[in-house]
Amino acid sequence: MNAQTDWKGFLARRSFIELDARERTIALLDAGSFREIVGPFDRLKSPWLPMQGIVAQADDGVVIARGTIDGEPAVVAAIESAYQGGSMGEVSGAKIAGALELALRDNENGIRTRAVLLLETGGVRLQEANLGLAAIAEIHAAIVALRRHVPVVGVIGGMVGCFGGMSLAAALCSYLIVTREARLGMNGPEVIEQEAGIEEIDSSDRALIWSLIGGEQRTRLGMVDALVEDDATQIAKQVRTTFALGIPKAYRCEALDTYLTRIGEVDTSKQLTGVQLATLWGNKGDSK
Amino acid sequence: METLRYEYPVSKPVKRRVHVGVVGSGDLEVLIEPVDGDTAQVVINTSVDGFGRVWKTVVDRFFTRFDGRVAIEINDFGATPGVVLLRLEQAVEELGQ
Repeated sequence: MNAQTDWKGFLARRSFIELDARERTIALLDAGSFREIVGPFDRLKSPWLPMQGIVAQADDGVVIARGTIDGEPAVVAAIESAYQGGSMGEVSGAKIAGALELALRDNENGIRTRAVLLLETGGVRLQEANLGLAAIAEIHAAIVALRRHVPVVGVIGGMVGCFGGMSLAAALCSYLIVTREARLGMNGPEVIEQEAGIEEIDSSDRALIWSLIGGEQRTRLGMVDALVEDDATQIAKQVRTTFALGIPKAYRCEALDTYLTRIGEVDTSKQLTGVQLATLWGNKGDSK
Repeated sequence: METLRYEYPVSKPVKRRVHVGVVGSGDLEVLIEPVDGDTAQVVINTSVDGFGRVWKTVVDRFFTRFDGRVAIEINDFGATPGVVLLRLEQAVEELGQ
């Protein structure tokens, strides 16, 4: 935080992180325009979790809503992080892919429809394995097809962050908005610690984790487009500002040389600190 | 995981359906829908086995104050009785009766 904390602003703010997926969606769409599709009463839930002794949620942890943003038709897909870590199963993944594919069809038929993804997910739901992975691949394909017509805006609000196959979905978005509390990475720190040991990374060292993969660092490194406060009003405003930018001229995910060079510069025999990483990669050569 | 079913005699019609909560750690989701007839059906899917008696007590208490013709589905992820009652009361508040 900078020298002077704006405490009045802090008190007046409505936390986005504290909202559930449905409330986040309502907060982003134009007031009164929220209309949920395949909601909890349709009971399109995971058939696989109860077989493994896990209680299924009626909407499989994904909220799909139509509405308007700045008066223009929009679809929002929001992941509920409190349910199974926001993991992508067969149904939840298919809901997001289906929503994006229908938005694509609308755009192809001349009905401009914007898309927003609220990404709060550990990635694939391990209990549903390949079915979840297949759904994530469909989401990737749908984002790439849709972003040619209209910006696809990803938002990582926190606190779960966005990991695994869904971090690729975040990277494929036309634009990405994050908070300081957000994290973005392929393998989450808990997974790395579990697989490679605490010598590799101490996932309980929150300062280290956020200094490496937190929203502020990702912004510094040019891997996201906007850093916002944990404020529902500010995030809704930023989503509108971002859509106004139109379709980007180039995508980050096409800048392979930039990122391969960056990876090549890292000495993996030592644990980098956030400052060292920022110095090494310091927001150079990005396509936007 | 365990599924519990209860029924209660009720009399007042309900107009809306309501969904509250999330199947998150220590929490639950509640789905309430209007039904015809004088019997409220309650279905509880809970992640914790062996607490049927506690559930019965909690839902009994809820129906001493609630008289709507509804079907209630609860998907529970280890919520305490206090949280369960709070979620049920939140749902009733959103029903507007």
